[in-house]
Amino acid sequence: MANRETDEVTGVDTTGHEWDGIRELDNPLPRWWLYMFWAGIAAAVVYWVLMPAWPGVSGYTRGVLSQSDRADVAVALKDLQTIRGAQAAKLKNATLEQIEADPELQAYAQAVGQSVFGDNCATCHGVGGVGAKGYANLRDDVWLWGGSLEQIHHTIQVGIRSDNPQSRMSQMPAFGRDQMLTSAQINDLTEYVVALSGRTADAAAVRRAAPIYQEQCSACHAADGTGDQAQGAPNLTDQEWLYGSARADIQGQIWNGRGGVMPSWQSRFDPETLKALAVYIHSNAGGQ
Amino acid sequence: MWKHHTKLEKHSLPLVISILIVVSIGGIIEIAPLFWLESTIEKVEGVRPYTPLELAGRDIYIREGCYTCHSQMVRPLRDEVERYGHYSLAAESMYDHPFQWGSKRTGPDLARVGGKYSDAWHKDHLIDPRSVVPESVMPPYAFLAEKELDYRDIKEKIRAMTRVGVPYTQEMIDNAAEDLETQADPFASPTQFQARYGAKTLKRDFDGEPEKITEMDALVAYLQMLGTLVDFSTYQAQAPENRR
Ligand code: HEC
Ligand code: HEC
Ligand code: HEC
Repeated sequence: MANRETDEVTGVDTTGHEWDGIRELDNPLPRWWLYMFWAGIAAAVVYWVLMPAWPGVSGYTRGVLSQSDRADVAVALKDLQTIRGAQAAKLKNATLEQIEADPELQAYAQAVGQSVFGDNCATCHGVGGVGAKGYANLRDDVWLWGGSLEQIHHTIQVGIRSDNPQSRMSQMPAFGRDQMLTSAQINDLTEYVVALSGRTADAAAVRRAAPIYQEQCSACHAADGTGDQAQGAPNLTDQEWLYGSARADIQGQIWNGRGGVMPSWQSRFDPETLKALAVYIHSNAGGQ
Repeated sequence: MWKHHTKLEKHSLPLVISILIVVSIGGIIEIAPLFWLESTIEKVEGVRPYTPLELAGRDIYIREGCYTCHSQMVRPLRDEVERYGHYSLAAESMYDHPFQWGSKRTGPDLARVGGKYSDAWHKDHLIDPRSVVPESVMPPYAFLAEKELDYRDIKEKIRAMTRVGVPYTQEMIDNAAEDLETQADPFASPTQFQARYGAKTLKRDFDGEPEKITEMDALVAYLQMLGTLVDFSTYQAQAPENRR
């Protein structure tokens, strides 16, 4: 079958097969390709020596370089700490006054806070912290749990109704769902809350609700409706609402007693990052 | 010797068999040792098999194709660790059949999403992602909140897992349905359930609908435990046996 012959036009041998009059030239592989092929094999052998490669019975060859991704990332993270080191250490122990007096430190905390906020908090609190129904607005000067740097820092650390044992905790009762009050009483209380926030409300209903409010609500929201930050009970006399200002929203909250949950961030971030977040939020909101 | 090659080329069956043999050599050398090398899976505290409810949630995760947009592996790279937390360990997915590592990231990695959000947020987000993240391109899965979980076959599912090496005990198999109901019910007694799956196992009404166990309950229970099992305070990342 080996019927090799030399092709007249190219001067190259044919492979010797012929199918339906078609013959095939037996060109050698391009040299550059062949050399790359051999170089590839040689590189693999070098790689086996340098890097973790061959499995054995109880382990594998570790390679002369003893390369390890996990060791590399540990080094990279350490380098990062060194880069941040001076500012981060300063931030960790600084008081609010010191941070405010040091523009460089302030800028550093802002930058770290902003990037961490974007990755972790904006999904609930909105871009930049503008808030949404049920998710506190962090840009205004109205606070559920307190707006000092320490209070904000503590809130972020332990969370709100979270599974952290030190979490900020409180629970408004579900007055309607658990049948503690009648629908009529809840309607009256809704009018009362509307009146508290300075809007016009049904005067008769407000009068009927006043004693119920003092009995059922004042322990948390205070007798004058200004709230209690120790219990995260909102101020009902301002124009900022967690669950909305409409009568239906207010009524819904009295009926269901929702309690917003915010996770605890203590175990996710190092202390410097937590502080940076607090500074970021505090200065964004023009905090107290 | 090369002349004999023409014989192979002219007979398709021997050719196919020879190709299979040659190609599988690479696979055998690369994959087979992972089954006997001790160092494939590092020894860590805390990893346990999925509870029945979490397993049902995982099935929904796979059924809905969440993996087409979400990976579940934090790579050992600086930026990944900075964003998501500790890089993933092989041990963390040792009871995953099939694993959900993935490399397609239209959305963020979910390997450490457990505990990052509230149950209420997950529910809102799954019902309508744009209600909480206005710029999101994730599709809505609102029906999960309505659809009751079908767990008639949960016992068989768990038994199937034991066949591929997940160490469920006979007791876990026998009580699968009860355990599933217990985990979704904040008022059920936790003693038996937590004795089987550990005291840290979350147990509550995940979807805020106490009357029924929905697919939302199962999926949120699964999402809330992702990446939370290993106790990293006791894990020696730089110990020689943990180097990779
Ligand atoms: C799962 C959604 C969620 C995430 C993520 C989240 N929060 Fe919150 N956060 C809430 C909710 C809900 C509240 C309001 C809680 C309440 O109703 O008392 C809140 C309240 C707060 C408060 C208190 C506001 C006040 O008025 O006292 C601060 C401060 C805060 N969050 C900061 C953060 C920071 C910083 C992050 C990111 C590290 C973050 N939050 C991530 C849901 C979330
Ligand atoms: C045990 C404490 C407590 C009691 C008692 C209580 N509340 Fe509340 N209330 C809260 C807390 C805490 C919140 C905030 C819920 C949250 O953060 O998710 C709140 C929220 C509200 C809101 C929503 C405010 C907003 O910004 O959207 C209204 C309205 C309200 N309460 C009215 C009442 C009325 C009316 C009563 C009495 C019938 C009452 N509350 C009794 C603790 C209490
Ligand atoms: C088309 C791609 C796509 C699919 C399919 C998809 N997601 Fe997403 N997912 C995203 C994107 C994009 C984001 C980021 C924006 C956002 O938070 O909505 C996201 C965010 C998330 C987050 C928040 C992660 C974080 O750390 O902020 C969770 C949890 C999540 N998805 C779960 C799921 C589940 C469960 C499914 C399946 C039922 C699913 N996703 C299907 C694209 C997708």
